[in-house]
Amino acid sequence: MTSTVVKFMIDGKEYLAKSGMYIIDVARESGLFIPTLCNMVGVKPKGACRICTVSVNGRYMTACTTPISEGMDVKTNTPDLIDLRKAILDIMFVEGNHFCPVCEKSGKCDLQALAYRYQIMVPRFPYQFPKRTIDAQNPLIVKDHNRCILCKRCIRTIKDEQGRSFFAFHKRGHKIEISIDHNMSDLMTDEIAHRAVDICPTGALLKKENGYQTPINDRKYERTAIGSDIEQIHQ
Amino acid sequence: MGQKKTIVATASLAGCFGCHMSLLDIDERILSLIDLVDFDKSPINDIKKFTEYCDIGIIEGSCCNSENVNVLKDFRKNCRILISLGECAIMGGIPAMRNGIPIRECIEEAYLNGPSVKGHNPEMILPNDPELPMLLDKVYPCHDIVKIDYFLPGCPPSADLIYNALVALITGNEMKLPYEVIKYD
Repeated sequence: MTSTVVKFMIDGKEYLAKSGMYIIDVARESGLFIPTLCNMVGVKPKGACRICTVSVNGRYMTACTTPISEGMDVKTNTPDLIDLRKAILDIMFVEGNHFCPVCEKSGKCDLQALAYRYQIMVPRFPYQFPKRTIDAQNPLIVKDHNRCILCKRCIRTIKDEQGRSFFAFHKRGHKIEISIDHNMSDLMTDEIAHRAVDICPTGALLKKENGYQTPINDRKYERTAIGSDIEQIHQ
Repeated sequence: MGQKKTIVATASLAGCFGCHMSLLDIDERILSLIDLVDFDKSPINDIKKFTEYCDIGIIEGSCCNSENVNVLKDFRKNCRILISLGECAIMGGIPAMRNGIPIRECIEEAYLNGPSVKGHNPEMILPNDPELPMLLDKVYPCHDIVKIDYFLPGCPPSADLIYNALVALITGNEMKLPYEVIKYD
């Protein structure tokens, strides 16, 4: 990565940043909120969820995987983009079984919080009600495949000291699901399990023997919209 | 006066009546609402059959049996505007959690194998009276059965959301939608 500084536009305003930085990181540091589900600060981007799609010189690209370059014209909030993001959220809601009223993650769920932010009253697509399983074999974590959006956050970040991942995908195509490496289950500490549950953007990973700690009305996204912390940085 | 009040009908299909409770949670605002609306068929006044064509129909709950479908179609026929109220009406909600389970398995769990019934039904009787509505293969959101005009999410939707929506519909003004009123739980 070179450290030359490039000049570019985001939403009509001029910005300077080191070339090679991803659009999403520049936006985040500049107090502009672009929604993300699979992306995490400090983790190699994946471009899995597409929710961060922005317009770059008129083309739609994912902000998490596109590095900025000289003269780029980025738009993050056109009506078309907002509709596209809502459509992606709609797809995620109908493609799984997201029963918010019975989910422990409700109120602190990134997927739900984005739907709140975009004020989605009903998905535009028909509900699929796929048949999925719940796996509680691991002593610390319950996996609920009904809620997994396949963002790969757990696979990419939850690793042991030697860099081996606790999680992996198994099966293929529409049957794909996350699995926990049984041979490494013994190495999973309470702290690692908590971290895995926290980074999960939905309620697909839940910690056993621990739930409903925050009372209703005090939960993370109850009063403040997701991303409002980013937007407040530069105000 | 002389101006005709807005006629509202409500129904609870496969739901828990929580959304109706939330409607009552508008508290003293119900007095100003009652100046604007009259209720037709509704569990609130216990009118069983439509007496006239209604302006607004509010549906709570999803469709899990043939009776739900008939009631919902009846509402579509007799109401100008239909509103899906709450998660069950919108996405099936708690009843739809049976959608991944075969219907036979559900019934056997409820009447033969469940921990609270096991051993108490020695003749293995399953309800099979012609009077009983037939269960559907799965639980359907209301907009899968008929056209729904508006959706108010929540479990239950907050009283503010319901009140704002009704007032906006009746007065023809744009609806107030602050961040806090849209909740899915």
